[in-house]
Amino acid sequence: MNSPMSSPSSPAIEATGLVKSFGSTRAVDGVDLEVRRGSVYGVLGPNGAGKTTTIRMLATLMAPDEGSARVLGHDIVREADAVRDVISLTGQLASVDEDLSGRENLILLGRLLGLRRADAKLRAGELLEAFGLADAATKLVKHYSGGMRRRLDIAASIVITPQVMFLDEPTTGLDPRSRNQVWDIIRALVAEGTTILLCTQYLDEADQLADRIAVIDHGRVIAEGTPSQLKASVGSGALHVRLLDPDQRDEAERVLAREFDAVHLEADPAALSAPCGDADRAAEALAELARAGIAIADFSLGQPSLDEVFLALTGHTAEGQDATPEAAAA
Amino acid sequence: MSTAPTRDTGIAAADEATLRKALSPTARPPRASAVSAILTFGWRGMLKIKHVPEQLIDATLTPVLFTVMFTYMFGGAIAGSTGEYLQFILPGILVMSVLFTTVYSGVALNTDLTRGVVDRFRSLPIARPAPLVGAVLGDSVRYLVAATVVVIVGMILGYWPEGGLGGMLAAMLLVVVFAFGLAWVFTTIGLLLRSPNAVMNGGFMALFPLTFLSNVFVEPETLPSALEAFVDVNPISILVTASRGLSEGNADAGDILIVLGVAALLTAIFAPLTTHLYRKRN
Repeated sequence: MNSPMSSPSSPAIEATGLVKSFGSTRAVDGVDLEVRRGSVYGVLGPNGAGKTTTIRMLATLMAPDEGSARVLGHDIVREADAVRDVISLTGQLASVDEDLSGRENLILLGRLLGLRRADAKLRAGELLEAFGLADAATKLVKHYSGGMRRRLDIAASIVITPQVMFLDEPTTGLDPRSRNQVWDIIRALVAEGTTILLCTQYLDEADQLADRIAVIDHGRVIAEGTPSQLKASVGSGALHVRLLDPDQRDEAERVLAREFDAVHLEADPAALSAPCGDADRAAEALAELARAGIAIADFSLGQPSLDEVFLALTGHTAEGQDATPEAAAA
Repeated sequence: MSTAPTRDTGIAAADEATLRKALSPTARPPRASAVSAILTFGWRGMLKIKHVPEQLIDATLTPVLFTVMFTYMFGGAIAGSTGEYLQFILPGILVMSVLFTTVYSGVALNTDLTRGVVDRFRSLPIARPAPLVGAVLGDSVRYLVAATVVVIVGMILGYWPEGGLGGMLAAMLLVVVFAFGLAWVFTTIGLLLRSPNAVMNGGFMALFPLTFLSNVFVEPETLPSALEAFVDVNPISILVTASRGLSEGNADAGDILIVLGVAALLTAIFAPLTTHLYRKRN
């Protein structure tokens, strides 16, 4: 575990020019990453951006076509076993065995990691207890809910505390309560010194957890920085308004255009949005709409969505379509 | 085993201190040895037999039906009496049922691949072939169970091994050893095909003709000469002849050696191929 390349100040993960192609598609097209030890690094991007492929290369599941990477100083290709000694992977598909019970899954991992049988059982019990799975310990994982499965998946990743942990979309498909629980676990792990590389589709999630974020699109890093830098470059948020009567949208657009620099007509024929980070200005704009006799079904003031980040950074939305003519004109 | 969804008590059920303790860094023990990793994966196979017995039932029910059907429907016509035919057919049914079970080794591996658990295994610092060797070893227990079921059913119907129980046991072990070798063919197929169903269909499509074009059901001398020539060199025929010999107490050492040789050859070719495909998988 002591590599001459690895000193306490060197990055936990260092990737240079990673490339991976599948057929004629360059899934990862020259990715550079530098992840400080003990930090959470968010990799943000839509489906198919190359996040999972990047994580799979770093976790030694596939070799890059070009470029190189080191995890705690170990080369991911030439010293793959040394890398496997310090990492753990929580894949996008739950990486647990559905036909086994939760307890059996954890004992299996403990044994494979070199724990003696008694120690593996002890550790399994401890983790099940801590993750609220003690009641379901002997149930087969196929009967677990999505949130329980995710927690078990993370528990399986920390049977032996990894120095570097890869989390691929840990909260996709979870309800808000389960998502918050997963976030709490991630925060606690970081507090104990684990470095985490977190792939996510949600800006909110990256913002909540990550110290730095790389935005990735078509296999390339298109923006990198702290969450606040990123949000500043995108605009701080948006006011979303949905009207009672879709026929009033054109009028509402004119009213809002007086208040904001840009107004975006959304796919929903009754909805529109405008970049806005300031609650007072939002309140004012809503009052203007009321004065103009435009009835509002609901509204929200929120952080920019991944779509908005992508629109700002690339001119296309996360789904890959070009910007709508309305937004381009605005 | 209840099918009702398991209630999620949530993480709040645990108190903060328990969580802290569980999350606090654990010392990393020395790496598991290859043998220990293989045995652990074998244990996983046992657990699957316990939790998902359906596959074992699938793989043993068909041969049991075959034994009963062939004995009572064709026994009189083929061998003159049902008792005589049972005496002839049982070692063949034993071979057939165990070899059919080997297809499930490929199906199980392919199922693993579709579920993401293999990603975790591949990211662990363990001996590369351990998940595969362990799985096939675990499956060998499954083969032994299938073999035992067939022999017991046969004996209930009136089969008696002339070579005694020792001979019967030797025949069963020989079949299981051959199945271990054949299983590697199906794990290779399991890594090459797209879905568990494709592996199942492909496996049986290959195994069905090989099993029927053998001496499991009839004496090869009754066949057209071209077919007889094929049946004579079919390794499954040689395996059936050897296990018949062992259970009847008149085994030919040459046949047994050929069977062991074929099993070793299959393992030598397909075990490294499976491991290679497993490692190189993206």
